[in-house]
Formats: sequence, C-alpha cells, structure tokens
Amino acid sequence: MAKTVIKVENLIKTFGNRRVLDGINLEVYEGETFVIMGGSGCGKSTLLRHLIGAIKPDSGEVRIKDKDITQLDTHGMDEIKKRFGMLFQSSALLDSLSVEENVSLPLKEHTKLAPDIIKIMVKMKLGLVGLRGFENHMPSELSGGMKKRVGLARAIAMDPDIVFYDEPSAGLDPVVTAVIDKLMIDLSKKLLITSVVVTHDMNSVFRIADRIAMLHKGKILQIGTKEEIKNSTNPIVQQFIAGDVEGPIQFLTKGDDYLEHLTQ
Amino acid sequence: MISFIEQIGAFFRRPFEKALGELRLFLQVIYWIFVGPFVRKPFSWRSTANQMAFSGVHSVIIVFFVALFTGIVLAMQSAYQLVQFGVKSLVATLVAVSMARELGPVFTALVVAGRVGSAITAEISSMKVNEQIEALDTMAINPVRFLAVPRFLGLLVMMPCLTILADVMGMLGGFIIGYFSLKINPGLYMNMTVKFLLLKDIYTGLFKSMIFGVIIAIVGCYEGLNASGGAEGVGRSTTVSVVSSFILIILADCLLTGIFYFLNI
Ligand SMILES: Nc1ncnc2c1ncn2[C@@H]1O[C@H](COP(=O)(O)OP(=O)(O)O)[C@@H](O)[C@H]1O
Ligand SMILES: [Mg+2]
Repeated sequence: MAKTVIKVENLIKTFGNRRVLDGINLEVYEGETFVIMGGSGCGKSTLLRHLIGAIKPDSGEVRIKDKDITQLDTHGMDEIKKRFGMLFQSSALLDSLSVEENVSLPLKEHTKLAPDIIKIMVKMKLGLVGLRGFENHMPSELSGGMKKRVGLARAIAMDPDIVFYDEPSAGLDPVVTAVIDKLMIDLSKKLLITSVVVTHDMNSVFRIADRIAMLHKGKILQIGTKEEIKNSTNPIVQQFIAGDVEGPIQFLTKGDDYLEHLTQ
Repeated sequence: MISFIEQIGAFFRRPFEKALGELRLFLQVIYWIFVGPFVRKPFSWRSTANQMAFSGVHSVIIVFFVALFTGIVLAMQSAYQLVQFGVKSLVATLVAVSMARELGPVFTALVVAGRVGSAITAEISSMKVNEQIEALDTMAINPVRFLAVPRFLGLLVMMPCLTILADVMGMLGGFIIGYFSLKINPGLYMNMTVKFLLLKDIYTGLFKSMIFGVIIAIVGCYEGLNASGGAEGVGRSTTVSVVSSFILIILADCLLTGIFYFLNI
C-alpha cells in the first residue's frame, strides 16, 4: 500500500449561508496523480485552497504528511508551502517580471544559491516544459499555453513533493491541453511528484488520472481508480462523464415547474 | 428609530473597517522593516530603489510645473494686498513661508497621490484579481514584505525630495512675479526670503510630506491588496485609493498644522 501524503477529514466550509464544502474525506497517495472533478462552482478551487492552506476550514482536518496544517501558524505554514508547487487557473505569473525572473523568484527568495546556479536551474526547468530560450520574454508576450508552461516551471522550481493544478486546461485548445497533460504526466513520473489536479475537462481526466474523486454539491460522490469511475453506476457521475443535458444534474427547468414559476 | 441608528452605523462601518485595515497594514509594514529582516526575511533594497526611481520619475515634471505656477499665483495674489500697505517686498517672505510650510508639501502630496498612488493601486489590484497575490502567498512570499514595503520606503524617501523641489520652484515662481512685475530688487528678494524663512518652516513641511507619503503608500497598497471583482474592480479600487488619499492628506494636514501652530513649532 502506498504512503498517504494528504489526508482530508470531515472538511466543512461555509461562505455566508452557503455550505460550499460539506464533510469532505479523501486521501492522496505518494507519487500518484489524483484528480478532483466536478461542475463549475461546485467548490473544487475552494477544496484546493484548503489543501494549500490558503484558507482555514470551519471544521475538519487537512493533514499533509501527518501534520494538520489547519492548526499551523504562518511561519509553520510557510515551511510547508516551500514543499508545494501550484499551477493557477490563470497561470498567475507576475506581469512585471520576465519569464526568468518569474521562475527564479522562489529560488531567490528561499535559497542562498549563487545567481549563476539559479540561472542554470531556471534554464533546466524551462527546458523541462519546452521553453528553452524564452528567459527574457515578458508574460504579456506569451500565449495562454506558454504562460501555463512557465507557471508549471515556476511551480517545480523548488523541486516540490506535491504539485497542485487548478484547471490546467482552462482556456486552452485541445492540442495545447494535450501538451500540458503530457507535461504533467512526464513531470510526475520523472520527478516522482505527487499531483493533485482539479478539472472538469473529461478528456484530460482520463489521460492523467491514477485516481479520481467526483465532487458534487459540496460532497464527494465517489472516489476510485480511472476504471472504477468510468464504469460507475452512479447516474450523476455517468451524466458528468458523458456530458448529457438530461439526467440527475438539472440545469434547465422542467416545463410544468417553469409555468408555475412564471405565474407565481 | 432603531433602523435610523442602524443606518448611521452602517454608514460609518465601512470607513471604520477600512481605517482599521489600513492601520493593520501600516503595522505589518513597520514589522517587516524593523523586525522582519532579523527574525524572518529581509525586504529587497533593489526593489525599493526601483520604487524610488518610479515615484520620482512619475511625478517630477508635474510637481515642477504645479509648484512653479502655485508660486506665481501666490505672489500675484499676495501682491494685490501687500502693495496697498506699501510692503511689496514681503511678497518674497510670504511665498517662501507658505510654500515651505503648507503648499509645497500638500500640492506635492496631491500630485503624487494622483500619479504614484493610483499606479500602485492599479498594479497591486490587477495582481490581486489575477491570482498573483495568491500565487505569492503559496510560494511563501509575504505580499506585504514583497510589495508594500518597497513602495512605502520609496514614497517615504521621495516625498521630501519632491517637496524640496516644489519649495524651490514655488519660490522661483514668486521671484518671477517679484522681479518682472513688482520690480523688487533681486538681492532684496533673496534677502527677504532667506531672512524670514526659518529652518523649522522647512522641516515641518518635510515632516508633513513624509506623513503624506505614508498615507499615499498605505492607502494605495491597502486598496490594491483588497481589490475584488475583475477588471472593473481594478478601476474601482484605483478611484477609491486616490479619493481616500486626498481626504486623508487634507485631514492630516489640518491636524499637523494645528499641532505645529498650537505648540509654536
Ligand atoms: N472567498 C469566497 N467568498 C464567498 N464565496 C466564495 C468564495 N470563494 C468561493 N466562493 C463560492 O463558493 C462556490 C465554489 O467556488 P469554487 O470553489 O471557486 O468553484 P469551482 O472551482 O468548482 O468552480 C462558488 O459558488 C463561489 O461563489
Ligand atoms: Mg475554480
């Protein structure tokens, strides 16, 4: 049995009077790629923010390597964060810094490495994501897919144990998405990184996932391997995978309700 | 009645919360300047120097002209009355003291709030709505240390420099009117300036300008770090930043002038 790196227990989070996360339980094993999928607005990013300690839950625990990060102070949390990498939905590169400065930022901030060593490390990371020679470009000169790759290079700059991805394929065309997916798989195999990926892109999910959790209305509907989820008997999971309009997930109001709603 | 009180409460709550938030940010900045470098991490001197250059470059031309014309207007306005009393050479004194104590620091602060304060808020708030602040946080880089401290120190140093420029330009403006229009002898004009302009007039003005610099930096960073709501949010927070800075600068000016006046400084 693989070692557990992340363990979430009974996580509950309420915004205003909306319970966005309603008792989440899950475990992520060392070295695997764990995908959290679910519809837009179902709380995927919120769950991810709890995993990286960016927000505190109302109740429940997030244990990273057996340390409950919901109880840590900022200093303790900073030490944990240095072992993380995170790729943001919008890449979140600093606009005022060049590609090289963006990727080297965590190294400059957290290590005492000499500038020329850092330069070499940045070159290596950019090489890994296929962007050799782009050191001096500014983020505004890059396409969405290239920004994502720079973001990825920055995320792995400190050789993290865990990398989190928030919708890595959002806003990218299918080919670029496939490229990013391939990079994610390569990195997790080459650098033995544990990956936690949030997405609603089904093509991506089945390409990259070792295990999948389906999030729906603040709860985990099902957790399982790729095959288990593919063959799931849960109608909601099936509707989500197939992308059907008809099914238990309702967006369009049924005819009679609608008439009632209008005349009320 | 209850709802009336509630409404008043609601009206004052937001500014009050803001003031508290700004105070907290100020304390955090002070922590990262004086304590942080020893127990946590130092801030970047390079980025502080960049911010100084940025604030200076962005405002120097406008401060130059605003102060020059203020001096000219001030000289004409005061000559209008002083000539009637036959003491037109006092124009020099009046312009010098008013510029140094009051108009130099205040006008410089208003220009800098409009140019640099707005730029600070626009930059930080666009970082905020594009997840960049969150990205700094996940990289264990404290946004206050990384973004606010250099801007704070940059303005703290640049404001007095720009104010000295404004003082000099204002006096030059006064001199132009005094020499060409009032036909005051240049030597006499200089004399009247130097003789009655006390050192304390200059340093109270510079002290004011530093306080204004603190206000502009803290308000600018606070509005930026607390922005929300996409591109529209960036515009909104930038406007709010400039308006709040203006109000706080005038309030602080009134308070400081009162203190100096009643303590005879
Ligand atoms: N800081 C917040 N304050 C209030 N509501 C929030 C906050 N963050 C997220 N939400 C709400 O929580 C819900 C889930 O958001 P999110 O986790 O971003 O969804 P997803 O990433 O799955 O699309 C949304 O309805 C959103 O409006
Ligand atoms: Mg999201």
